[in-house]
Amino acid sequence: MQFMLLFSRQGKLRLQKWYVPLSDKEKKKITRELVQTVLARKPKMCSFLEWRDLKIVYKRYASLYFCCAIEDQDNELITLEIIHRYVELLDKYFGSVCELDIIFNFEKAYFILDEFLLGGEVQETSKKNVLKAIEQADLLQEVSTSSFSGHSVSMVGWDSETSCSSKLLEGIL
Amino acid sequence: MALKMVKGSIDRMFDKNLQDLVRGIRNHKEDEAKYISQCIDEIKQELKQDNIAVKANAVCKLTYLQMLGYDISWAAFNIIEVMSASKFTFKRIGYLAASQCFHEGTDVIMLTTNQIRKDLSSPNQYDTGVALTGLSCFVTPDLARDLANDIMTLMSHTKPYIRKKAVLIMYKVFLKYPESLRPAFPRLKEKLEDPDPGVQSAAVNVICELARRNPKNYLSLAPLFFKLMTSSTNNWVLIKIIKLFGALTPLEPRLGKKLIEPLTNLIHSTSAMSLLYECVNTVICVFFFSQLCVQKLRILIEDSDQNLKYLGLLAMSKILKTHPKSVQSHKDLILQCLDDKDESIRLRALDLLYGMVSKKNLMEIVKKLMIHVDKAEGTTYRDELLTKIIDICSQSNYQYITNFEWYISILVELTRLEGTRHGCERIILSKTNQTLEAMLRPKVTTLPGHIQAVYVQNMVKLYASILQQKEQAGEKEAAQEITQLMIERLPQFVQSADLEVQERASCILQLIKYIQKLQAKEVPVAEEVIALFAGELNPVAPKAQKKVPVPEGLDLDAWINEPPSDSESEDEKPKTIFHEEEQRHSRHRQPEIDEEELARRREARKQEQANNPFYIKSSPSPQKRYQDTPGVEHIPVVQIDLSVPLKVPGMPMSDQYVKLEEERRHKQKLEKDKKKKKQKKEKRGKHHRHNSLHTESEEDIAPAHHVDIITEEMPENALPSDEDDKDPNDPYKALDIDLDKPLADSEKLPVQRHRNVETLKSPDSEVPLVEKKSKKPKKKEKKHKDKERDKGKKKEKEKKVVEEEEDEVKKVILQDLHYFSSCCYLLLSSFCCLGTVTYDIQGNLQHDSQVTVSVIFENKSTSFLKSMELNVLDSLNTKMLRPEGSSVHDGIPVPFQLPPGISNEAQFVFTLQSIVMAQKLKGTLSFIVKDDEGSTHEKLDFKLHFSCASYLITTPCYSDAFAKLLESGDLHMSSIKVDGISISFQHLLAKICFHHHFSVVERVDSCASMYSRSIQGHHVCLLVKKGENSVSIDGKCNDSTLLSNLLDEMKETLSKC
Repeated sequence: MQFMLLFSRQGKLRLQKWYVPLSDKEKKKITRELVQTVLARKPKMCSFLEWRDLKIVYKRYASLYFCCAIEDQDNELITLEIIHRYVELLDKYFGSVCELDIIFNFEKAYFILDEFLLGGEVQETSKKNVLKAIEQADLLQEVSTSSFSGHSVSMVGWDSETSCSSKLLEGIL
Repeated sequence: MALKMVKGSIDRMFDKNLQDLVRGIRNHKEDEAKYISQCIDEIKQELKQDNIAVKANAVCKLTYLQMLGYDISWAAFNIIEVMSASKFTFKRIGYLAASQCFHEGTDVIMLTTNQIRKDLSSPNQYDTGVALTGLSCFVTPDLARDLANDIMTLMSHTKPYIRKKAVLIMYKVFLKYPESLRPAFPRLKEKLEDPDPGVQSAAVNVICELARRNPKNYLSLAPLFFKLMTSSTNNWVLIKIIKLFGALTPLEPRLGKKLIEPLTNLIHSTSAMSLLYECVNTVICVFFFSQLCVQKLRILIEDSDQNLKYLGLLAMSKILKTHPKSVQSHKDLILQCLDDKDESIRLRALDLLYGMVSKKNLMEIVKKLMIHVDKAEGTTYRDELLTKIIDICSQSNYQYITNFEWYISILVELTRLEGTRHGCERIILSKTNQTLEAMLRPKVTTLPGHIQAVYVQNMVKLYASILQQKEQAGEKEAAQEITQLMIERLPQFVQSADLEVQERASCILQLIKYIQKLQAKEVPVAEEVIALFAGELNPVAPKAQKKVPVPEGLDLDAWINEPPSDSESEDEKPKTIFHEEEQRHSRHRQPEIDEEELARRREARKQEQANNPFYIKSSPSPQKRYQDTPGVEHIPVVQIDLSVPLKVPGMPMSDQYVKLEEERRHKQKLEKDKKKKKQKKEKRGKHHRHNSLHTESEEDIAPAHHVDIITEEMPENALPSDEDDKDPNDPYKALDIDLDKPLADSEKLPVQRHRNVETLKSPDSEVPLVEKKSKKPKKKEKKHKDKERDKGKKKEKEKKVVEEEEDEVKKVILQDLHYFSSCCYLLLSSFCCLGTVTYDIQGNLQHDSQVTVSVIFENKSTSFLKSMELNVLDSLNTKMLRPEGSSVHDGIPVPFQLPPGISNEAQFVFTLQSIVMAQKLKGTLSFIVKDDEGSTHEKLDFKLHFSCASYLITTPCYSDAFAKLLESGDLHMSSIKVDGISISFQHLLAKICFHHHFSVVERVDSCASMYSRSIQGHHVCLLVKKGENSVSIDGKCNDSTLLSNLLDEMKETLSKC
C-alpha cells in the first residue's frame, strides 16, 4: 500500500498516512486530486478506480471516505478488507466510532493504524492483538501523565453536524 | 476535571490542548486562516518553554495543523526534542509527528540516529515499537545503513510484538540500503518458521514483496512456501504466497504442475472472495488456462456487487490477452455490462470489447456502440466512448477494418456529435472549404492544445489543396479570399497557451503572409505550397527518439538558458490544474457568436458551395435537413464530401455499409461454397467440414479496399537495443541480489560507528585514549605533547557528558557531534608529525571468530601520502585475514591515497581462535611521502591492542531472559571492587556501556544489572553496585578466564575515574 487517506464528505482531510516518501507539495497535490475524484463518484459505483499508475480502493462509511492507494499487482478485495478492519478497530476502541472521535483523537486513530499496518503491509491480522497492544500502550501513558487522556469528547458548545456524529459502521454506504 | 487541573502545572491551564484547537478552528469558520496563524504563534511560544509536556502538546497540535495543510517543517527540531523525551506519552507524540512530516529532505533527520538506536534497545517494548513504526515512515539511506544491524538484532527479540515489526521494517531498510539484504536474509528466512503467526506472516509479506520484484533469487524458497501454502489457513498469508508463486512460476515451469491441485482446491473451497479472486487472477496470469476460472469469473461478473463485477471484468481482460476465444463466447454478458449504471464498469466492458474485436465482428460491435453513444449520459463518459470507438477501429493500424468507406461514414457520424474532441481524426477526411472554415472558427481554441496543434497543421494542408483547386480553376480572387481568411483567423492560434500550437501557427501565419504577397503579384503559388506536404511521412516509432544515441559532447540536461526560478514554475502549476475547467466554460459560451457574424458566414458558405464543383447540392438526406433547421446552424457541423456516394435515404450511413459488407461476405461465401461443392464432388466427402459463418477464419474475409499498413519508422542510427523497457531509476533493481551465494567477508552490516569519516571527522571529535609507541626517536617529544593534549580533550569530553545528563534536549545534538560516544576509537599512532592513525575493533556478528579493525588515517601534513601498506605480525591465536595466495609476511595495501588534510577509513579483518584473552599484535605501516622536494619511503611501527571488551557485542537483553540465564547455573562467577569512585552512578554505567560494550538490563537506585555477549556466544552478566566511594562488580560468564580478563579491564577503566 502506498498511502491511506481519510476525508469527509465535505472534502476535509481527517487522516493521512504515507508509506512512500513524498514531499509535502506532492502529497498535497495528490490529496487534492484524489479527494476531488473520489467525491465526484456516484454512490452506487464500485470501490475501485485506476489513477495514474496506481489503483485506488475507497469505501464510504457514514460521512467518512477511507481511501487507499495500492500498486498494480495488489489485491483490491483484500484492501477493502483492510479498510473495513480498520473501521472495526476504530469502532471497538472508541465504542461506536463517529467522525468526531477521529477528529478529536486523531493521534489515537494514527496509533491504531500503526499497530495494524506497518510500512504499508498488514502487521497484525488479529483484532484482539491490535487492541491489546493499544490498550497496554495507553496504560503506560496513563501512568506517566493524564493530560492526553479523554476518549469521550465534550459536545458542549459544538455546532452539531448530524453527518459528523453518525456512527461509521452503521452508516456504511 | 478538577483532578486534572491539580495534576497539570498552572501554566498548562492556559494552554490550548488539541481538543481546544480543533474546537476553535470549527468555531472560527469565517476567519480560519487568521485563527490558525494566531494558534501557530502560541505554539511557537510553547515550544520555547522547557516543560516537555508543553512542548509535546504543542507538537501534537502542529501535527493536526500539518494535516490541514500547514507547513510545520520549521518545527522539525522541536519534534526531535519530543521524540527524545523519556516518557512514553511524549515520545509517542514525537514519533507520530516525525512520521507525518519527516522525509528524505529533512536535514535534521540525521540527528535522530542515536535517539532511535536508544529507543530500539529500550527495555520497554512499546518504546521500541513506536520507534520502529516511526522509522518505517521516514527511513533514509543513512538511517537504514546505521540502524540495519540494530533492527536485524531485533528480528530475534524475545517478544513477537517487536519481532514482527522488525521483520516488516526490514523491507524498507532493504529498499534504502540494498547491501543489507544479503547479511539479513538468513535471519529473515528463519522467521518464515517463527512460532508466532504474526511474525510468520510478516516474513511472508516481506519475502513476497522482495520476490515480486526479482523473483529469480527466491526460487530456492519455493518448497518452503509450498509447505506453508498447504498448511496455512490464514487468508492474508495465503494471498501473499499465491502472489509469490505467481512471480516464481514463469521462471520454473515445473512449479505450475505442482500448484494446480492446491490452487484448484482453494478455488473450489474458499468462501473468501479476496482469496478466490487472487487464485483465479494468478492462475490466469501465470499458470494455465482453465475453464473453471472463466466460469468463476462469469459468476463474479453476474454478481450484484459492483466491486465483484468490476474485478471480474478486469480479470477477463487478462484472459483476453492469452485466450481471446474463450472470452468472445461471453460477448453477450460483456455487452450487457455496457448498460450498467456504474460508469467504471461500463468503461471496463469497453476495454474488453476493444480486445475482442476481429475482422468479423468489428462492424457489429461498433454498431452496438454507436447505439450506445446516443443513450450515453455525461460528457466524460461519452468522450471516452467515442475515443474507444475510434481506438477499436484504428487499433494496430486499422488491421480489422475491411471496408474503409464504412469507417469514414462512422467518423462522419461521430463528428456530427456536438462537443466531441476528436478533431484529430479529420486528417483522413476529405477536403473542402467548409472544413477549413469550420476549423478556423474560434470554437476550436477551446479544444485541448494537442488537438489544436494537429488542427493547425491540417488546416494548412487543406488550405494548400484548396488553393490549388482555385488556381487551376483560374479563380484568383477566390484564392486570395481564402488566403485573407487564413490571415484573419490564424492569430487566435498564435495567442494560444499551448507552445506547440503557438509555434506551428506563427510559422504558418508568416508563410501565408508571404503567399499573400506573391498572390498580389499574381504569381501562381499553389504548386509550391502543395509541394510542402508532398513527401510521405511514415509514422515514427514511439521509441525512436530514445534509440538515437546522444552525440558526444552534447549534454541534454544542461540548461541552454538560465533555469527559471522556482517561484515561476510554482505560479504556472495552478493554471494547468484548472486548464480543463476553463475549457469547459468556454465551450458553453461558444453559442454566443453574434448573429451578424453568423449571417455573414452562412452567406459566404453558400457562395462557396455554389462555386465548388465538388460540392453535392442540398439533398433530402437527414444530415442536410439537420443543418438547415434554423437555430442549430451555429453548431459546428462539419460537412464532409467524398467522391463516393455515402448516403442511402432513410438509413444511417454506416448501417448501409454493414449491410453492404454482409452482402459482400455472403457473396464471397456463396462463391466459396460453390467451390467447395465442386471440390466435394471431386473428392467425394473426403473433407467433411462445417462451413458456417462462425467457423470461418478471419483470413477468409477479404478486405473491400486495399490499404497499405506501414510499419513504424526508426531513425537511421537507432540503437538495436531492446532494453528501453527497463527503467534505470527503478528502486527495486538494486535489490536484485543473489541470495544463495555465501556471505563474503566484506558483506557485513555496519555496526555502531560513525557514519562518514571524511565529513565528520575533525581532530577535536577524536578521543585518543591510548597512545602507542612509535619507534622513531625524533618523535618522542612530540608524543609527550600529544599525550598532554589528549588528556585535555578527554576532560573536555567528560564535561560534555555531564552536560548531556543535565539537559536531555541538548543531548541529541551533542551526541551527534560526538558521534564517537557509541564506539571507542583508539589512537594507534601519530606518525612523523604527518598525521594520525586511529582504530576501533568491532566484533563481527556473522562470524564467531572474526573481528574487524577499522582504521582511520588522517593526513595532517602538506604532503601527499601514498602506497600505504599495513602489515601485522600474526600470533598463533590472532591472524590478519589476507587475500588468498599471499604469504603471512605480506602486508595489505590500504585502498586509497591521502591528499593533504584528508582522512579516510580502511577495514582489516582478523581471525581469532580463542577470545578469552586480550591480545597485542605488532605491526608496521609503510608509506610514501610525496612533496615538492620528492618522495621518501617511511615506516611506522605500532601495536594493536585487542582487549577482551572488543570481542563483546552490545546485545540488548530483557530482565526475564536475564533472570533465566542467571538461574541456569552454568556460569562462573567472579567479582571486583574499585575504590575512590567519584562520578555519578549513571555516568559510571554509561562508561561501562561505552568502553566495554555492555547494555543495562535493569537499574534500581544504585544497583544495576548489565549484559553483553561475545562473538563466540559467551553470555556475560554483571551486577554493579555503587557504595559511598566505591563500586563493586559481580560478574557471571560461561568462561572464567574471559570473565576475569574483562573484569580486569573494567577495573583499569574505572580506576581512571
